Amino acid sequence: MTSGLTHLQRLEAESIHILREVVAEAEKPVMLYSVGKDSAVMLHLAKKAFYPAPPPFPLLHVDTTWKFRAMYDLRDKAAREAGMELLIHHNPEAMARGINPFDHGGLHTDMWKTEGLKQALDKFGFDAAFGGARRDEEKSRAKERIFSFRTANHHWDPKNQRPELWNLYNARKARGESIRVFPISNWTELDIWQYILAEKIEIVPLYFAAKRPTVIRDGLTLMVDDERFRLNPGEVPVERSIRFRTLGCYPLTGAVESEADTLEAVIQEMLLTTTSERQGRAIDHDQAASMEKKKQEGYF
Amino acid sequence: MNDSSYRPDALIASDISAYLAQHQNKSLLRFITCGSVDDGKSTLIGRLLYDSKQIFEDQLAALESDSARVGTQGANIDFALLVDGLAAEREQGITIDVAYRFFATEKRKFIVADTPGHEQYTRNMVTGASTADLAVILIDARKGVLTQTRRHSYLAYLIGIRHIVLAVNKMDLVGYDQSRFEQIVEDYREFANGIGIETFTAIPISGLAGDNIATPSTHMDWYAGPTLIDHLETVEVDTDAAKARPFRMAVQWVNRPNLDFRGFAGLIAGGTVKPGDPVRILPSGKTTTVARIVTLDGDLDEAVAGQSVTLTLADEVDCSRGDVIAAADSPPQVADQFQATIVWMDEEELLPGRAYWLKLGTRTVSATVQQPRHAICVNTMAELSVKTLGLNDIGVAEVYTDRGIVFEPYAESHDLGGFILIDKISNATVAAGMLNFSLRRAQNVHWQAAEINREAHARQKSQSPRLLWFTGFSGSGKSTIANLVEKRLHALGKHSFLLDGDNVRHGLNKDLGFTDADRIENIRRVGEVARLMTDAGLIVLTAFISPFRAEREMVRQMMPEGEFFEIFIDTPLEEAERRDVKGLYKKARAGEIANFTGITSPYEAPLNPEIRIDTTRTSPEAAAELIVEQIMGVWSPVL
Repeated sequence: MTSGLTHLQRLEAESIHILREVVAEAEKPVMLYSVGKDSAVMLHLAKKAFYPAPPPFPLLHVDTTWKFRAMYDLRDKAAREAGMELLIHHNPEAMARGINPFDHGGLHTDMWKTEGLKQALDKFGFDAAFGGARRDEEKSRAKERIFSFRTANHHWDPKNQRPELWNLYNARKARGESIRVFPISNWTELDIWQYILAEKIEIVPLYFAAKRPTVIRDGLTLMVDDERFRLNPGEVPVERSIRFRTLGCYPLTGAVESEADTLEAVIQEMLLTTTSERQGRAIDHDQAASMEKKKQEGYF
Repeated sequence: MNDSSYRPDALIASDISAYLAQHQNKSLLRFITCGSVDDGKSTLIGRLLYDSKQIFEDQLAALESDSARVGTQGANIDFALLVDGLAAEREQGITIDVAYRFFATEKRKFIVADTPGHEQYTRNMVTGASTADLAVILIDARKGVLTQTRRHSYLAYLIGIRHIVLAVNKMDLVGYDQSRFEQIVEDYREFANGIGIETFTAIPISGLAGDNIATPSTHMDWYAGPTLIDHLETVEVDTDAAKARPFRMAVQWVNRPNLDFRGFAGLIAGGTVKPGDPVRILPSGKTTTVARIVTLDGDLDEAVAGQSVTLTLADEVDCSRGDVIAAADSPPQVADQFQATIVWMDEEELLPGRAYWLKLGTRTVSATVQQPRHAICVNTMAELSVKTLGLNDIGVAEVYTDRGIVFEPYAESHDLGGFILIDKISNATVAAGMLNFSLRRAQNVHWQAAEINREAHARQKSQSPRLLWFTGFSGSGKSTIANLVEKRLHALGKHSFLLDGDNVRHGLNKDLGFTDADRIENIRRVGEVARLMTDAGLIVLTAFISPFRAEREMVRQMMPEGEFFEIFIDTPLEEAERRDVKGLYKKARAGEIANFTGITSPYEAPLNPEIRIDTTRTSPEAAAELIVEQIMGVWSPVL
């Protein structure tokens, strides 16, 4: 074995290098912040990259109004502690039409997230947006570049990606065009957890098991997070010890029954489990190439 | 089948903290697999993921159903489906881009670059190999060393990979025959030594059956070497080599949160650094010492190659993005002319003499590539005589940058010797290159610090130098209007000079014709002459068709900011042809003139000219008046 850097040290150095390249080359960068554990790691890396300055860009939360309450709490706290401006965007059309996960299914994600993101980037004129996607999450992401180019219409063309060599990133673009940048592309889920443990990064308590009010629908264990949750006739929330492996809109995010209430226990459970991470998200079940299609349309 | 899916380590269940402590300190190996679909490359990667228990039950269930639906392995699992990502590829059954895969074993984490076997192979393999420590070269045991084996090996070697694994695959299909394996290894050794590969590790495997992947094959007792995973887990990587070199760090970003702090952020490319180390800032050559290595977790006593750090310096020296901080006693060179090996990656071929952006380290400069000395045939390694480089071509050429850059030969440092070329108009990454050596050292060329500089020349003439660049179709009215503008300036007491086809094509550029390459050279020379004239304090007017945006942009880059005015004489082609002052359009239509702009050669209209004159609405006199007015309007007070 060599006495060199560990895999986490190499990943950290690469991510910091990427964050700094964007700040040096883009005109108006922003960090998309979804409050999940990957976002938490990305934000932590940004703090490290620019210390002692605060990260020189704002955080942007493209909100659906349907996130878990605990996520809103941590979001505001994390931005404050990092000394960063927090921008929150709500798609006004989705707001006006009352788009929600109970009545509108796929349209909910499309309007609040996909359309909302495009609106927000256009509104503020950001030319580079950091996202917390990882290549190990899903097959079409395995092929995406770290600097991923978008047309003025936010379109991604998987057949026409710029070659990416060494650690030389081409951030040049015409006016109106933008880039999505994925600083933690090469991290795996286990890397993320190990880093959270090693660096003592605060994450949303929902990742840890606790007694929470739940109902079970279509095989998903859903948490009744607020009074907007529409219970079916005869449906009564039941207290179960649950935690979440990924976080999204609470009526769409399935929990797992668990007793793991420490980071070590969560990692242990993750390593012992036999299903992959994204299984708890309803949006990926549509069809084989669903993520690729969503990305071409502008979803992260 | 399910008994092969994810089966975790016993330590995870018994003592998670011990397990995590162990895995905290894994090293990382990045490797590339080379081979075509037929060699079983995707199958091998699928197998590595499968055997290292990276496949979860739900993924396995999806894989089994996919295998039955679109697989090519009958009732068996088609591992290739695990790694073929994009929908188009899955339908066509081929991979067409670079994909990255991740797996880990007890000892290491691995990142695999998976590159396609067919079209654009060179481009994609070079991309994947640029970040790899090791290459696995797959050979089909039935076929032996083929042209493509040679190509893969050459590309891996070219990009600087020094750890080669020869994976002789499909041993099950040759009856696990030892002599077959040994024959292939012998054939390969002969070829490999010839191109400079001194050592390699050969392993007989079957990706489909799993022989010698994670567990020793029970069919090949004659093989006593490591399994593929054994080898990948234990091979030494070169990170220590970078650490042993002199200190170098390209400055990415200057961290200036307040007046009391000025830090220089970057990724250490070589060596180690400690507070108190003497360093030299390049290209300026100023020396100082390192004051602190600043991190969020407190100052460090030492940092090494591969770490991203922020340094503060003991003295207030000029240092900004693109500069390199280096060990004071062994700094890298600074040069502006190089010999480089270039891999062309764009559909549009290299235009020798055209200015591209060159990005090396954190520095981006304007650069031109000369006509290649030769191209290299990747199948035979033969040197071919060529005029340019097209998609997937590899060649050796001279590269000139518009200013000195800090570099090291690629063989010594990938970070300071590897570069990309970017098209100035499309912004596409069109090439990757490796600097071999400098042709002359810019640091030894001392420009005469002339006391009579361009400011002095301009001051004497009571004017600010300008370059008024007229562009438009033949017969659009460029020369007519430029002449009127010059008369007007002369009347105002200004010192000017008009360069046009009449006084340039007959003398300076009489050796040039009208091919694209000659047109580019024509404009380059005119630009250089015009710039010298502005150095002399003159207001220079040029009247050339100058049909290509990139060349006009090149001239703009030669000039100090704000001195270049692109003036688009916008006469529609039909109108210019109708006027046909010199009868040239008639001849061009009759086929008597080749490469005539607008007829048989393209014209790229300016996108954002400083001034646009619509000659269908504006008379030449009015146009001249308007141009002088506009130029006067933005002229600095000295005028």
